[in-house]
Amino acid sequence: MRKIIIIDDEPLARSIVKEYLQKHKDLEVVQECNDGFEGVKAIQQHQPDLVFLDIQMPKINGFEMLELIETPPPVIFATAFDDYAIKAFEAHAIDYLLKPFNQERFDKALHKWRDQNNKQSEKNTQDLLETVSQSPAQSQRIVVKSGSKIKIIPVHDVLYLEAADDYVKIHTKEGYFLKNKTMGHFEQVLDPQQFVRSHRSYIVNVQQITRIDPYEKDNHVAVLKAGTQIPVSRSGYGKLKEVLGL
Amino acid sequence: MAATPFSSLRLRIYFSISWWIFFAGQLFLERWFGLPWKDAFLDCVVSNGLLLAFCLMLMNTFRYYLPKKEQFLNVLGICVVFTTLWLLLSRWLVSTYVSYYNLHPEVLRYSVPIRFSMGLLVLGCISLISVLWSHWAEQKENEARKTDAEKLAREAELFKLRTQLQPHFLFNSLNSINALIGMKPDEARKMVQQLSDFLRGTIRKEENQFISFSEELEYLKLYLEIEKVRFGYRLKTEMDIAEESLAWKIPSLLLQPIMENAIKFGLYGTTGEVTIGLRATVADKHLVVAVMNPFDPDMQMPAGTGFGLNSVKRRLYLLFGRNDLVEINKSQNSFVVIFRIPDINA
Repeated sequence: MRKIIIIDDEPLARSIVKEYLQKHKDLEVVQECNDGFEGVKAIQQHQPDLVFLDIQMPKINGFEMLELIETPPPVIFATAFDDYAIKAFEAHAIDYLLKPFNQERFDKALHKWRDQNNKQSEKNTQDLLETVSQSPAQSQRIVVKSGSKIKIIPVHDVLYLEAADDYVKIHTKEGYFLKNKTMGHFEQVLDPQQFVRSHRSYIVNVQQITRIDPYEKDNHVAVLKAGTQIPVSRSGYGKLKEVLGL
Repeated sequence: MAATPFSSLRLRIYFSISWWIFFAGQLFLERWFGLPWKDAFLDCVVSNGLLLAFCLMLMNTFRYYLPKKEQFLNVLGICVVFTTLWLLLSRWLVSTYVSYYNLHPEVLRYSVPIRFSMGLLVLGCISLISVLWSHWAEQKENEARKTDAEKLAREAELFKLRTQLQPHFLFNSLNSINALIGMKPDEARKMVQQLSDFLRGTIRKEENQFISFSEELEYLKLYLEIEKVRFGYRLKTEMDIAEESLAWKIPSLLLQPIMENAIKFGLYGTTGEVTIGLRATVADKHLVVAVMNPFDPDMQMPAGTGFGLNSVKRRLYLLFGRNDLVEINKSQNSFVVIFRIPDINA
């Protein structure tokens, strides 16, 4: 038996998926989830072979949920309407179902999934996340996992980002959170008028800067409202000056 | 500028009356100085006729050349030029055709300063009126354009708001119906009916139409029924509607977007059960409606929610000219929108 998880905040939307699944005797729904929080837990617990996932859900959306899982499982999206996401689906998802959909269309999506091997679909999911994370809605907040808790950080609460091996440390007033992404990713996703890569290992929120002091020969440091000093390289200084209009 | 002050009938009457007064005044004055009836009359016809012609010319000039506020010296200059021309022309005609002045040229010579000042006064007044009138007309036109632009923008905003909120709602509702058809056909049929009634309501309602609060409530209930089918146990509503509020007239399609925001905000901003509260009372000659939804202070508003409230605020401002009709109260775990509708019959 192959394991299926359905994640959708509308009960009837889940039941139609279950109904269409009845024909496929080799597939078993191991859990239904109301939101992304339950979804993260269920996926880690069951390691499903396929997930049916809605996009618009309480608190965190389907994409943000997937970002929290280290190796996201193969996913078929079921959504009502999302202009931006649809473009991403066309490129990377196994398939996506536009609600409402019929049994025939549903079977076709499952067929596509059966044809693909797992390696391929995992890579596709990663590519998909990279694409959608650049959508306007996604760049307003960062979703991270700290321990078993899920934390949603509005970008304006971010003080600065710091590279730490394979992770990025997201510093906020409440301390820092780790996210398994690259500095390059954040540099691309965040608003360049607000977040400036001041140094190879630092991205700083310019609204937090109180002053910029010279430091040693060619370098500077940016001093934040909280007193923290952020290294500024020579090229970073140029970028900062441009954004701050100096 | 297409028109002059002369295009207004009332002003035309005032001008003619003033002209006759001038005519009579000059006639009386010249008789006083001892001119014979015939000569005095001829002088009056010539100089006042010419003055009238110069007035019209002056008005026409300002139709095409409208000086800015700081250019009033130009206006004065134009007046002096016109007055001088008028004086030279009328003096020449008068000295040619009025026989009295052939015998007494010194009378005409002495009258020149008086004629000049009177002419300057009249032409000055006329140009002042023309300029002010043109400025006023221009301003009126600008205002009309501004109102038009605002109206267009408002319609566009509302259209955008509606289309922005509808697709999700519509497709998800259809998806729910699709699920119900297999399991509970009767409920599916009921939901199709509700959805149709709701959509008909959105299409039919004119933007500036006032409807009774009870009518808007009926429409709202339709919407809530559909949402409850979609979200099941998660969505609960609590309504507390005072009897006297039911007949109150409110702008159509005002409450529903606020409710839609509250539901969207409540359902997507928190997890678990969500209770949306609606309370309506009449207080201080206003209908007071409060819409409450649970709120997680860590969350940002979902996209599109702020837009709905701003549009409601603007609509109320445009309808009643007041900015104090919408109030938003954010507390630790609830978000309340309160709006007040004045009595339109008062």
